[in-house]
Amino acid sequence: MFVLVEMVDTVRIPPWQFERKLNDSIAEELNKKLANKVVYNVGLCICLFDITKLEDAYVFPGDGASHTKVHFRYVVFHPFLDEILIGKIKGCSLEGVHVSLGFFDDILIPPESLQQPAKFDEAEQVWVWEYETEEGAHDLYMDTGEEIRFRVVDESFVDTSPTGPSSAEATSSSEEPPKKEAPYTLVGSISEPGLGLLSWWTSN
Amino acid sequence: MEVKDASSALLSNYEVFQLLTDLKEQRKESGKNKHSSGQQNLNTITYETLKYISKTPCRHQSPEIVREFLTAMKSHKLTKAEKLQLLNHRPVTAVEIQLMVEESEERLTEEQIEALLHTVTSILPAGPEAQQKTNISSDMAMDEEDPA
Repeated sequence: MFVLVEMVDTVRIPPWQFERKLNDSIAEELNKKLANKVVYNVGLCICLFDITKLEDAYVFPGDGASHTKVHFRYVVFHPFLDEILIGKIKGCSLEGVHVSLGFFDDILIPPESLQQPAKFDEAEQVWVWEYETEEGAHDLYMDTGEEIRFRVVDESFVDTSPTGPSSAEATSSSEEPPKKEAPYTLVGSISEPGLGLLSWWTSN
Repeated sequence: MEVKDASSALLSNYEVFQLLTDLKEQRKESGKNKHSSGQQNLNTITYETLKYISKTPCRHQSPEIVREFLTAMKSHKLTKAEKLQLLNHRPVTAVEIQLMVEESEERLTEEQIEALLHTVTSILPAGPEAQQKTNISSDMAMDEEDPA
């Protein structure tokens, strides 16, 4: 679920923090910059693991702050393909089942990856697995708040950096606010034995 | 900012749990700074991640347990990713093993799957709820022995 990512960055320490230990100031600045943020094609950054190398700090003319090039390792949430994860159902819509891990919310299980046959109950807005046995069909509801085990089948990164002035003219003419896209989304699947709500597979 | 290696090492949930708990302790001791606006993101993500990991079996692991587990796993010939999933999830049924180990029907016989389950459940401590259940049942057993 979590990986270590090696990164290099230049950290700016303003003069009023010179009395603090350099390592502490740098750790705080790196966490301020990266914690709870998605880095494109890397994942959701959690916290600093360690600082591996500090290069010399320079003060540039016109700016009283020191600039230090830092080599460090960061803990990043980036599940590998086909990894099994356990999350909570946030809700259901026609797009599929939305799952959340608490610290990461943008997980979707599309209708074709649910246990088949599945149908969407419009009245209660939940997806239902129509489980067939010899006695007849049982309807297993995927209610909000239930714990669900799923497999990660796909991930997508969207670059959400601000766009330049040329496209700003086009968007200002439209009346709708621009759609907010999640920078990092996971696509899951529960179409295998053992996957789905934990309550479906426990034999207590 | 430059990313030198996007995947230099895999971390187990236990290692992240340990790191975040230590970080929380450090920040509690240092006191004042954490309420500044810049630290809000770090606070949020550490709180949520700690909350998530605390509900998994990793809570009760220790470095010795992890080392013992990995030594015991050597004989089963599993890939790094498969061993990591077994460590993080502590499967108790054969169905879960089949999910985590690729092509388990071809690579492992039924006895090997049973042996694997036995190794996992005996070395890795159970999750928080199961611990409570074993505590309750051992309390009840003690009451029966001493009816005073």
